[in-house]
Amino acid sequence: MDPFMLLLLALLAFMIIGSLIAAETEDLLSSVVCVGAIGAGLAIIDLFLGAPDLAITQVVVEILCVAILIRVVLNRKDETHRTHKDTFAVGSVLLFLGVLLVLGGWAMTTLHPFGEPLLAGDQPGVAQQYLTNGLQDTGAANYVMAVLLDYRAYDTLGEATVIFVSIIGAYVILRQRGKLRHDTGNESDS
Amino acid sequence: MTQGMSLIVKTITRLVTSFITLFGIYIVLYGHVSPGGGFAGGVILSAGMILLLLAFGREQTMKIISHSALVIWDSAGALAFLTVAVVGYLAGDFFINFLSTGEPYRLASAGTIPLSNMAIGAKVGAGLFGVFLALAIFRPGRHQEEE
Amino acid sequence: MTLGALPYILALVLMLIGLYVVVAKKNIIKIILGVCILEYAVNLFLLLLGYRHGGAAPIRTAEQADTSAFAAGAVDPIPQALILTSIVIGLGCLALMVSLAVRLHEKFGTFDMTRIRELKG
Repeated sequence: MDPFMLLLLALLAFMIIGSLIAAETEDLLSSVVCVGAIGAGLAIIDLFLGAPDLAITQVVVEILCVAILIRVVLNRKDETHRTHKDTFAVGSVLLFLGVLLVLGGWAMTTLHPFGEPLLAGDQPGVAQQYLTNGLQDTGAANYVMAVLLDYRAYDTLGEATVIFVSIIGAYVILRQRGKLRHDTGNESDS
Repeated sequence: MTQGMSLIVKTITRLVTSFITLFGIYIVLYGHVSPGGGFAGGVILSAGMILLLLAFGREQTMKIISHSALVIWDSAGALAFLTVAVVGYLAGDFFINFLSTGEPYRLASAGTIPLSNMAIGAKVGAGLFGVFLALAIFRPGRHQEEE
Repeated sequence: MTLGALPYILALVLMLIGLYVVVAKKNIIKIILGVCILEYAVNLFLLLLGYRHGGAAPIRTAEQADTSAFAAGAVDPIPQALILTSIVIGLGCLALMVSLAVRLHEKFGTFDMTRIRELKG
């Protein structure tokens, strides 16, 4: 097994262990920090799999993610650990996830093996077309941007709309209270 | 988060923020020749502004960047991206690359891709910082559930 | 060739852990973190599907003049383009979920789903 594969598997194992810790710790703050570690591991994997764009974006998004979550978790008390555990519910969830793991793992073995994607096969498909003609068609040396903003720009417009809607939604949810309090004074005391 | 952090943090932030913003603008502008692009650059821009907000507190920051200005930048970015698409429609097809592709590996190449990158950068940067600002402004009300 | 599917299966395990957190945990912040993990796992799976052995990043420099040699050695750019928007959308959705959680905490004084249900908003 070559060292690249070993490194990839080690990073994947790191992410899985981090997510297990994030799932099972009692303290919310450590949980948030664990999710930050998972994102950092994903950024390193991005770098090794030939996606520097994704690595840049993932690192910064991860920092913002952890900043937002810590801002929320800090100074807010949490009493979840006092509630009793529902063993039957957790057990049935684990049972079904195990079934899903077996079926999904079986399905994964029917895919193209790792490292030999569709574009390297007999019928290369559209990706090979993009890689061959991208520079002549668009003039962009970064093929990711060529796909994102020229070949599939309509898709990107839709995704920009999704970001816009989610941000407007967050504004609306957070804002109404402030305006209400400004207008009617001490409404929240009642 | 009323007065911001200590003097050391404020001084370092004063030194560093302009460089972060410059790097974000670089990432946006050179998105079509090197790794980066509108999404990554916009997130970096908003991260620089969030550093400002965390270090100086929200009173100081809102003097520099107000909430309405952020909303305007956000909407303007979305509109500019749509404008690129519609002008391409007038030139023949929706989202067609109507400018000349130019010489590869140069800044002035790739037709409409740098314009779209700038629009997306403004939109993502302003939008994400606006959300963070809204979360920071938001104060949990005085009422804590009397049990 | 069982080893060929091992990274996919590990990504699947990560996804199932995220799903477990979303389904089985009672804390709203934990559920948000579970959605984050789920999202990372899906991004990772798409990225793994596009990789080829020894593949270079799909970003060309002036030295790589030979187009067919470059096209034979670069990784797939389409999943990267899809993931790039998906990461930022994930941050937007995280902000939306967090603001909902903040409002719930303001109204009920807790992040616990069972207690929120008992309080009958």
